[in-house]
Amino acid sequence: MAYQIKLDVFEGPLDLLLYLIRKHEIDIYDIPISLITSQYMAYIEEMKSLNLDLAGEYLLIAATLLHIKSRMLIPAHEEEEAEEEDPRAELVKQLVEYRTFKEAALNLGAVKLLGRDVFARNMVDEACSGGSDRPIREIGIFDLVEAFRNVLAFAGEDIEMEVDLEKFSLSQRINEIMEELNQRKAVTFEELLGTKRNRKGIIYTFLALLELMKLRMARAFQADSYGPIRIFLAVEEEK
Amino acid sequence: MENLKQVLEALLFVSEIPLSAKKLKEVVEDVEETCIEKMLEELMSEYENRCGGIIIQKAAGGYQFRTSERVSPWILKFKQGKPLALSPAAMETLAVVAYRQPVMKSEVEKVRGVDASAALKGLLEKKLIRIVGRKDVPGRPIMYGTTRRFLEVFTLNDLSELPTLQEIRELDEE
Repeated sequence: MAYQIKLDVFEGPLDLLLYLIRKHEIDIYDIPISLITSQYMAYIEEMKSLNLDLAGEYLLIAATLLHIKSRMLIPAHEEEEAEEEDPRAELVKQLVEYRTFKEAALNLGAVKLLGRDVFARNMVDEACSGGSDRPIREIGIFDLVEAFRNVLAFAGEDIEMEVDLEKFSLSQRINEIMEELNQRKAVTFEELLGTKRNRKGIIYTFLALLELMKLRMARAFQADSYGPIRIFLAVEEEK
Repeated sequence: MENLKQVLEALLFVSEIPLSAKKLKEVVEDVEETCIEKMLEELMSEYENRCGGIIIQKAAGGYQFRTSERVSPWILKFKQGKPLALSPAAMETLAVVAYRQPVMKSEVEKVRGVDASAALKGLLEKKLIRIVGRKDVPGRPIMYGTTRRFLEVFTLNDLSELPTLQEIRELDEE
């Protein structure tokens, strides 16, 4: 293809519908469903022909529109008519709600934003001020798994003895790590393992870290491929 | 305390976050909070009248030194950074979180009609929203809310300063 066009005008199917409603000066509470459906479908076709990645959400609304249209075509039984809801009601409710939030978003963005229009003194990214000058990249689960494998390879077999299984509780380990992070802001993966250098201890530390990363409460960074992995608090505690 | 105003000014200068009169009282101790508040207001108007490069702004329930809007191009050049940029998708998502909090991802998606994962992740990274807990329903979905940083960035003292959805809706209906 000689050139590619990126058409990123609409924030989603609801946005497209609102645009069509505005364009045709339609009353949002009384949408001529047949007109809007055909207009909407025309846009979908156009997006397809432009080779745009058509998200499933657009097709979902297309199906909803067609469903409403078909329901409005079928003559309702007279006795049912009274209690039967306007088939458009649900969609209209959704549209009005979306329009409100779209407006609220514009409203929010209209103020002087800290970091865009005005600045204060704390504009450095505190997460990356880990001391070293090397660029630090955020790492994912797989790097952590790699580190886990390395540690486990060095850890010896558990010495056989009576172990109280209660000793290793995942939530307890999570709390310990969070406490450690709250106090020191940043720790390395190695430091976290600390003295708990038996298989179970390592596994629980690892599982706890995975859980924390999944919850986005902790973030892991690494400067180079085999360097130490540093763990940071992702969300600072509200004061 | 005769040099109260100087002390307060200096404290605001070194602080990285907005300082409330309550917080300042912990430092200067034997002064009434209302007196501190009055001094801060005075300082605020002094900076405003001066029309200089910095001002004092009330945000997130406290007072903070900020650069004036007029000088932002030079600040950005100096910092060699990009200004805070929030896409329409991010702004809409943030609006839903701000008004509906605590809110689940599925609720955000219902309002906007599109997947919200990327937008929520971006807002979490910018520390504008945070995880406030998990809803006690099957699946224990994560619930999101706004942060104090959000108030600071959007120059709000608390959430009640946001216009109500009803007010926004009425503007819309015209």
